[in-house]
Amino acid sequence: MEDLRTGVRDAQNRFRELPQATRWSVWLGLEALLVVVLGSLDLSLGVGAGVVITIAWLNKIRDPRIRLGIEIALVVFLLIVSTSAGVLVAIGLALTWLPDVWKRLAVPGTALALVIGYPYYVGHLFTIPLFGAFPSVRTGVVMLVYVMMALGLNVVVGYAGLLDLGYVAFYAMGAYTVAWFASLQFAHHNFHFGAVGVAPNLIGFHISIWLLLVLAGILTSVTGVIIGLPTLRLRGDYLAIVTLGFGEILPQVARNGDHLFGTGFNLTNGPNGITPIDPPGFGNTLSNATGGILPANYLTAANSDRLFFWTGLVLVLITVFASWRLRDSRLGRAWIAIREDETAAAAMGVPLMRTKTWAYATGAFFGGIAGAYFAAFKSATFPGDFFFNISVFILVMVILGGMGNIWGVIVGAAFLAYLDQAGLANTGAWLNSNLGLKIDVPLYEFGIFGVILLVVMLFRPEGLIPSSRRKAEFQEGVHDEPLYDVQH
Amino acid sequence: MATEAQTTSAPLLGRVKGLGVVPVLGFTLVALLVFWIVKNFYEFPADSTQVLLIGVTTGAIYALVALGYTLVYGILELINFAHGDVFMLGGMISATFSVQVFGLGTGGGIGKWFLVLATLLIAMGFCGLINTTVELIAYRPLRGAPRLVPLITAIGMSFILQNVGLAWKGPNFISIPSILPHSNVFSIGGVTYTWNKLIVVFITVPVLIGLVYLVQNTRQGKAMRATAQDKDAAAMMGINVNRTISFTFLIAGMLAGAAGLLYALYVTNVRYDQGFQLGLIAFTAAVFGGIGNLPGAVLGALCIGLIQAFNEGFNWHAPGSDWTQSIVFAVLILILVFRPEGLLGERTPEGA
Repeated sequence: MEDLRTGVRDAQNRFRELPQATRWSVWLGLEALLVVVLGSLDLSLGVGAGVVITIAWLNKIRDPRIRLGIEIALVVFLLIVSTSAGVLVAIGLALTWLPDVWKRLAVPGTALALVIGYPYYVGHLFTIPLFGAFPSVRTGVVMLVYVMMALGLNVVVGYAGLLDLGYVAFYAMGAYTVAWFASLQFAHHNFHFGAVGVAPNLIGFHISIWLLLVLAGILTSVTGVIIGLPTLRLRGDYLAIVTLGFGEILPQVARNGDHLFGTGFNLTNGPNGITPIDPPGFGNTLSNATGGILPANYLTAANSDRLFFWTGLVLVLITVFASWRLRDSRLGRAWIAIREDETAAAAMGVPLMRTKTWAYATGAFFGGIAGAYFAAFKSATFPGDFFFNISVFILVMVILGGMGNIWGVIVGAAFLAYLDQAGLANTGAWLNSNLGLKIDVPLYEFGIFGVILLVVMLFRPEGLIPSSRRKAEFQEGVHDEPLYDVQH
Repeated sequence: MATEAQTTSAPLLGRVKGLGVVPVLGFTLVALLVFWIVKNFYEFPADSTQVLLIGVTTGAIYALVALGYTLVYGILELINFAHGDVFMLGGMISATFSVQVFGLGTGGGIGKWFLVLATLLIAMGFCGLINTTVELIAYRPLRGAPRLVPLITAIGMSFILQNVGLAWKGPNFISIPSILPHSNVFSIGGVTYTWNKLIVVFITVPVLIGLVYLVQNTRQGKAMRATAQDKDAAAMMGINVNRTISFTFLIAGMLAGAAGLLYALYVTNVRYDQGFQLGLIAFTAAVFGGIGNLPGAVLGALCIGLIQAFNEGFNWHAPGSDWTQSIVFAVLILILVFRPEGLLGERTPEGA
């Protein structure tokens, strides 16, 4: 193993010492070969690979006129092959020409505009080679929910460095909060407050989903604090296993919650889950007052999926803003200090327990809201939704994208949620038809995620889009061993 | 009188305060548990004894898996999440060899036992090899990395092995004929003890004795203990640390293989996801006994086996099998909160 490694390193170094022209032609030859091989399997895949490789080479071209010429040629070519691909690539390339000062605003702004408009043009988009069609708006909603959960977990794992293997417990807590207070579950009570789309005399709690989202966040944070208080004094792997324990206990309570302790009290309706859940909406009064801009009822609206998509986007934006501001706050810096060296942080006066508990509460808050929104979107919650697999799924998102980096986590979460919803099935179908295989790819989803975890941790532990600080920690190492003499 | 009462009550209160809330809560819990067990045994002696025997049998299987966790944790301070899945693969190879290759069934004479023994050796070798490979791929390159990194690769490895099992045997339960005889060893006053349970104990005990001998009395065992204590110092004393760690993983994997065979024969079915659940239970057992402590792991496994059996089998106020998992994890959390060093372990900085 060690010999192999040094051998590879030697070969790399010898390759680097070759003249530039030789190196570039070797690369170009290899890449051309790749394009030809892929193109022979599936023409569109070959074209796609060619475009990606061309764009990757654009950086190397120093002369702006030549670069512009190649770019225009590329866009024209793409416009002929597929209009939507041409437009997207043109927008992307145009952004690279902006001065750096403008880029800081223009890149996120354009991305946001593209996401907001997504439901309008998704029908006209090209098919991605290998991955199939762009995600539908419904898939988009699920992706947004997972982005929000991953951002919440990022506070715990990425900022504070506490490995949480039971994040699904917070998701479950949020989902059940909405299910309890916006459904027929507690039929002995009759309480209405701002609910839409239900008859005024319907039994059960019926509270406006918007209030419940906040309530779910708060209740979940409280759960997080309750879980955290006794356990957060444990370090590292012990904490991970305890969170895992809670992540297994809560779903089992949900599964057995229809006959708690033999009293016959039905808390969660057991394996049948709670369904239907009242739809979100602003009610007729607000809707009429704003001239129909605020929809009265999401479920009966003509463009239901789009409404859910945009609302999810607003929630994600709030989460992004909060994560971003928190990271640079006093609390955020305390989290990072604890992550890097707990003992040193304590010596510098960072209150360990309080700071960690805040990380838990914050992460739980976003997880709870995401879970609540997801339940409202699906109009149902089942105990089967909350397996350990989901905790790992969200963890893979955070790790693949880059722990601690908001943009990395967003990309990782969106990509993996898409793979989970549609991408893996499409890719599997492509592999089976083009390579003549017979593999049920989605069945091995978690094996694939396991490989992702392993490969990322072995070769690029800072993730695909790392935060520079996290990268330095992984590459230079930090003081991670507990200091015995401080403890006693 | 009044002043006397005050003076006697003041130190009493002080002592209670000195004890703290946590131990008081802990003692109350233990007392309630003991009362519950005694009450059940008093009301239904036959049923409860039967349940106790079942608990000892499952505890024996848990012990084999728990020892694997404890060995690895002792030497690398790593929770080897993939260990449960190595155990699952051991169950699968046992099923393949005992049923498909050797064609074992319910009947058969003395020759059957040689084939069962052969399957045991094959499963142990196979799992030892897998576990060593896992260490080589997923943990060895990460020796200097922050401690959470190998933990994450362990989770990844666990999922990979689970999917290997899924690809190998498919998503359904693979049932195995009851190769172990179910006839009675004895049946006294409504308490029956069947041979299959006794055989599980018969196979477990020699394996455990062999392990203790290996760790306590051999050169390799000495190297393991030295490496667990201080890797740098061990290396300076001329111990090949990497080889010792590989050897530890080999032993742990062999124990998991033995457990895989016993579980497959005792429960008579295997499935790709059984390893994860049982692995967590066994890990709980290892923590219960004091992680890194070999007799502790066995004791903890027996306790967890008994707790599970009592919970599922007792007649008076038992929560039932729906709650087994929650109870095992609650035990885990309670131990980590109240007594992180476990029953027999030494206090570690993780818990302090």
